[in-house]
Amino acid sequence: MGAYFSEIFLGLYSLAVGLSITFKEFFKPVVTVPYPFKTLKMCDRYRGHIELIENENGEPKCVACMMCQRGCPSGCISITTKTETYEVEVKGEMKTKKKKILTGYDLNFTTCSLCGQCIENCKFGAIEFSKEYNLASTRKEDFHFNLLNRLKERNS
Amino acid sequence: MSGPVIDIQPGETFTLNVGPQHPATHGVLRVKMEMDGEYIIKAETVLGYIHRMHELMGENRAYPQVLPNLSRLDYLGAMGYTHGHVLAIERAAGIEVPERAEYIRAIMVELNRVASHLFWFGAFVMDLGGFTPLMYAIQDREHILDMLEAVTGSRLTYCYFRFGGLYNDVDDDFVDAARAFIPRMRKSLKKYAALVTGNIIFRKRLEDIGPLSAEMCRKYGATGPVARGSGIDFDVRKNEPYSVYPEFDFDVPVYHQCDSMARYKVRMDEMEQSLRIIEQGLDKLPDGPIMPKKKPKLIKPPKGDYYQAVETARGSFGIRLVSDGTKNAYRFKLRSPTYSNMHLFDEACEGMMIMDALAMMGSLDLVIPEIDR
Amino acid sequence: MDLTILNAVVAVVIAIAFAAANAAYLVLAERRGAGRIQRRPGPNVNLFGILQPPLDGIKLMTKQLVIPGGADKALFLVAPILAMAPAITSFVTIPFSDTIVAHSMNIGVLMIFAFASLGSFAILLAGWGSRNKYSVMASVRAVSQHIAYEIPMLITVTTIVMMTGTMNLKELALSQSGGILHWHIIPSLSSPLMPVSFLIFFICSLAETNRAPFDLAEAESELVAGFHTEYGSMGFGLFFMGEYAHIVIGASLITILFLGGWGCPLGLYPGVWWFLLKVYLLIFSFIWIRWTFPRTTVYGLLNLSWKILIPISLFNLLLTAGLLKVF
Repeated sequence: MGAYFSEIFLGLYSLAVGLSITFKEFFKPVVTVPYPFKTLKMCDRYRGHIELIENENGEPKCVACMMCQRGCPSGCISITTKTETYEVEVKGEMKTKKKKILTGYDLNFTTCSLCGQCIENCKFGAIEFSKEYNLASTRKEDFHFNLLNRLKERNS
Repeated sequence: MSGPVIDIQPGETFTLNVGPQHPATHGVLRVKMEMDGEYIIKAETVLGYIHRMHELMGENRAYPQVLPNLSRLDYLGAMGYTHGHVLAIERAAGIEVPERAEYIRAIMVELNRVASHLFWFGAFVMDLGGFTPLMYAIQDREHILDMLEAVTGSRLTYCYFRFGGLYNDVDDDFVDAARAFIPRMRKSLKKYAALVTGNIIFRKRLEDIGPLSAEMCRKYGATGPVARGSGIDFDVRKNEPYSVYPEFDFDVPVYHQCDSMARYKVRMDEMEQSLRIIEQGLDKLPDGPIMPKKKPKLIKPPKGDYYQAVETARGSFGIRLVSDGTKNAYRFKLRSPTYSNMHLFDEACEGMMIMDALAMMGSLDLVIPEIDR
Repeated sequence: MDLTILNAVVAVVIAIAFAAANAAYLVLAERRGAGRIQRRPGPNVNLFGILQPPLDGIKLMTKQLVIPGGADKALFLVAPILAMAPAITSFVTIPFSDTIVAHSMNIGVLMIFAFASLGSFAILLAGWGSRNKYSVMASVRAVSQHIAYEIPMLITVTTIVMMTGTMNLKELALSQSGGILHWHIIPSLSSPLMPVSFLIFFICSLAETNRAPFDLAEAESELVAGFHTEYGSMGFGLFFMGEYAHIVIGASLITILFLGGWGCPLGLYPGVWWFLLKVYLLIFSFIWIRWTFPRTTVYGLLNLSWKILIPISLFNLLLTAGLLKVF
């Protein structure tokens, strides 16, 4: 009989403790951010999709060494190049040299897992993470980024 | 233990399909239940709805390319799983890890463990019908995620550890934030104890419900808080120490009641112990590089068979690596703790009422992508 | 037209409007209250979310009512109406002040309980009619729960009726006029256990209205959504409104039976404002409780009723009966 009543009273007490905690929380300020009206700044190391970096001439730093494409676990980077021949004067002689030129840098963001292997593999510091996170679309094709075009758009 | 024993009349049962889309299974787990009214007569867990072949990916990709996969196993405690992976490869390839990197790894793993347990706590109370503790837990977890995001660059799938070290170094902001976080978290734990642990409804729903004996845990290979709630004193961090864990002073909480409440208490105590480890780690954090000076350009472990186990938030996670000396693994086997823990459910829930059984399922802390690797 | 019929029609229209407006804005209040407790704002677009309930209503009404294949069509359609209609009808007899009452009845208390028990029928029919295993389990739970909690509730009401000697809600409230010391919640010589009775009645009305921690019939983490798993559109909307209408009735009943109806605690300026204040404070505590506690188990709930509430309320009944004879 004593256990019966003590259980009732202890139970009621524990419920009252719980109620007092939620009552205190009721008057504390809200901690959320009303998202579409207010956004948070992404931190410096935020890993968005990759973006090409330009050199001082406004052209991509990328030398098309294909290390990023080879290192990517999901195979979402595809680089197209063309070979250009040009002549340079070396020690008074004219020599023809070949040079790889980047003609297209496509990122299929639908399969990218944002691991950063491409950026670590890049010896030339030619790619970086963007800070973009508001990416939404109803079409898959919208996530096939042409990074070369994006770079041009940023410059213009 | 759990409700009265019932006589089953043949032909009076029905099959209830819990999942793959059901609020209590926390993912795409399906449980086929043979029911007699509210009582479960037989249950069968069905897996494979989100199988992604991570083991096969580990076999046909170069070693560094598998790194991001490991954090996709368990989206709540990703850090612990990548830790196991890098330790296994480092052991195989014989890479030395600088001390600073080891300490940062331990701090990160423990922070992630607290985050994982916090989310489990919230989700578990939500399984029992209380919604508010989930929001409080998420608030605290958010502080951890913010800290981890500032260092690693992402909030869930970190991919922060590298073979031999780390992706990038922590700064003073992180150290200060982590130091400030510890007392705040301790205060929150007290709040949870008053709001949830002491609550009579909660206690009535957990005490003596969902018994899992130590023999059963051994039979199914259960590890982690599930086994420790059944009185098995096993923690990989203590029993097979790795990384810098021997340097830390912490206890392994063990409860012998074998019920859902014991598992709950183990996890709540573990959070406190993790905070202790973080505190010590921050005090001892040495200066120095975070990547080894000489690191092989291409990781090719010598021929052999390697195994590395780590204690993740859900139990003992093991990686077996068979190398044939090439840049791909010959066999890449993941032993995930939840897979073993989940199979306890089939046997343990027989004769229980459905609401008790689902409460017990919550106490097992299932993360489905980790079961269906 | 006969004046009494006109009166009744007006009363019913006002009752429907009151119930619907209450239901709509209590949803908002609940969501905002839950938000504050969880330290988030809740629906706050367009002036504290004032447009949220009408927009929700429009959304629900424009949706298709899907009747699952194999469901009992008649029962499936009747159930939501049965959930809402008795709740509205009950408003007719509730006195908001000594002048504002649609129809004061001698057996007002009985009528409200009669209609309240129709609510469990609605859940039973909904669960059975929608041909879903989860719903059937939920409806079975709901019926056993309602039976278990109507008994202590009625015993408590019997105690009060015995003390006041009337079943008319208006007279019940008037019997407590003249300040807080006359309220039934305050123990008197003839009824020393009245605060306990109040607690029992409060718990029972939580259970009767299917509120957390007794929301077993819609236990969303076990039975998905319980009896209204298969309902969409306005079918679900009616269940939802019925639940909130029941809450308002429960709170009004507590106010009339225990908290002095429209009387001021100090005996000053009695009126409808005091009644509404008390009702909404009680509703706030319903919301507060819902967002604090986890759900009970089926057997825990039945144990609470049969092992604790019923014996105590019976003891209280006998004690009060004895003491009434003495004093």
